[in-house]
Amino acid sequence: MGLPNTDEQIWLFRRMALIRAFEERVIELYHQNQLAGLIHVGIGQEAVCVAIAARLEADDYLYGTHRSHGHFLAKGADPDRMMAELAGRATGYCEGLGGSMHLVAAEVRAMGATGIVGGNMPLALGTALACRDAGQVVAVTFGDGASNTGGFHESLNIAALWQLPVVFVCENNGYAEFTPMAEHTVVERVSAHCEPYGMPSHVVDGNDVFAVMEAMADAVARARAGSGPTMVECLTYRLRGHYVGDPAQYRKADEVAEWRDKDPLPRLSGVLIQAGALTDDAVDKIVAEAAQRVETAVRFALDSPYLTTSAMTARVFG
Amino acid sequence: MAQIRFIDALREGIAAEMRDDPRVFVLGEDVAVGGAFGVTAELVEEFGSGRVLNTPISEDTIMGLAVGAAVAGKRPIVEIMFMDFMTLAMSQLVNHAAKLHYMSGGQLNVPMVVRVQQGAQGGWGSQHSQSLEAWLAHVPGLKVVAPATAADAKQLVRAAVRDESPVVFIEHRGLYFREDADGAGPADSLGLDKARIVREGSDVTLVSYSRALVETLAAADVLAGRGVSAEVVDLRSLAPIDLDTILTSVEKTNRLAVVHEAVVQGGLGAEIAAQVQEAAFDLLDAPIMRIGAPYAPPPASPVLEAAFVPNMDVIVAAVERMLGAAT
Repeated sequence: MGLPNTDEQIWLFRRMALIRAFEERVIELYHQNQLAGLIHVGIGQEAVCVAIAARLEADDYLYGTHRSHGHFLAKGADPDRMMAELAGRATGYCEGLGGSMHLVAAEVRAMGATGIVGGNMPLALGTALACRDAGQVVAVTFGDGASNTGGFHESLNIAALWQLPVVFVCENNGYAEFTPMAEHTVVERVSAHCEPYGMPSHVVDGNDVFAVMEAMADAVARARAGSGPTMVECLTYRLRGHYVGDPAQYRKADEVAEWRDKDPLPRLSGVLIQAGALTDDAVDKIVAEAAQRVETAVRFALDSPYLTTSAMTARVFG
Repeated sequence: MAQIRFIDALREGIAAEMRDDPRVFVLGEDVAVGGAFGVTAELVEEFGSGRVLNTPISEDTIMGLAVGAAVAGKRPIVEIMFMDFMTLAMSQLVNHAAKLHYMSGGQLNVPMVVRVQQGAQGGWGSQHSQSLEAWLAHVPGLKVVAPATAADAKQLVRAAVRDESPVVFIEHRGLYFREDADGAGPADSLGLDKARIVREGSDVTLVSYSRALVETLAAADVLAGRGVSAEVVDLRSLAPIDLDTILTSVEKTNRLAVVHEAVVQGGLGAEIAAQVQEAAFDLLDAPIMRIGAPYAPPPASPVLEAAFVPNMDVIVAAVERMLGAAT
């Protein structure tokens, strides 16, 4: 499978720029006390987000983690309603009842972030069971930390046993919260767990958007063909702390600097410039447009009302 | 009226919903061979293995799997073999099933039924006998029902399947093979949230549910022979609690005891007592009494187990104490 065509490459960069601008603005707003909550940004991991979305169809499902702004923006969620949700406003996707860790954008089949590490893996199986007759596929993201939960192993077993159309996307960013991988698990790669479950896997450079897309394409095709689940392990890094406000003193400066050099955004824009698909000015324009789009979202969010407190108990039951 | 066993009525209710709605399916450990007690026996013959799914022993994941199927348009009935094993599935039940509708601002619905069996009987000991319904009734977003009769089992399971919210459906293994009247009405005629006065009386109201209702009704018979007229309310729904029906009865009797098999401390009886005294303290002629298991894990010893479960004699004695104290 070759590289995506130029238009798609530019789309990928645009969407990555939007996600980056969104999350950088979220950090600012948080420190200005305009957003509250426990917020986890995925700055540095955007290539995985857009690669997943690029290889799913619109009616395929996506489940996220606690760090899923990027997944959902990539899948097509509206930045206005995303930002409004982070700001706790009634115009947010979840009317402000969910917040960053519990985002759902059902209109684009972004079925949920979750505050429970590994918690969405079982849900992905159920959705896959429900939609497989319609030829749809479910992708679920999780981190290296989730690989130590019981639900991870139970989910791999059942998905393989029932040959469910699931793509397990591991965003291996090397840390489970504040603990490096070597201290939390004995395996070197999360995908090593696939072998005993008879599940194929790919290990890719998660900051190389084309590599992730190629692995995703294979995994999605297998799932859609009824050949069962696949794991795509993306080796990546979060350039910021575990949560907004995390001083991240558990990481060495040279490690962060090394990964900063592998930042997926300049990496992709460099490819586009090299290939003559975009000029330096065109790249700058895309970045500026992304920032502008996010400003619109911020205005929308901060101008929106909150639910009244009388609404608090109205949504408890369906 | 024709007689039917609780377990058969329950199975008929499940099968009726599966016939009516192709979105309904059953999953759980051993369900294709009937499960541990035979509730789902022979469903696989009628509906096939695509709708009666045997799962590995992975409670957390099968609960989450049911949630994921429900949000994508199916109506799963997931079986957790023993309430004790619900502890393994609590994260998915409490953090996802109960909250996804709320946290998503109504974008997602989670129409699923969690069937679970509980109760102390047969000396199965501390890890196969616990009654943990109060934990579940404490969680906003979960409906909890616990039928005591065959007719209610059939009708409530149908109503539970049709509900748009997650419903925990509690079965007591001491009820499965009891026979009583097959009087279930149409699926839509009974909500999930209504208590029922099953015996009229004027001296004391006894609220109970599930297997404990059987003992409570037997106690009411004995009390009647001793000149005490007990009104018995079958709560049926543990969350929400039908306070109106209880208050209507207490208005008449001015005395209330709550009887359940669960441990008294932190049990449903405490919640009902609190709600009743807050709403109608002036109606009460005596302190509200809670009758349930002592503060101990269910013991395996048959002698101790018999003393652990509140039986007819315990209920009679407690009510007599209450009436004696009040007069």
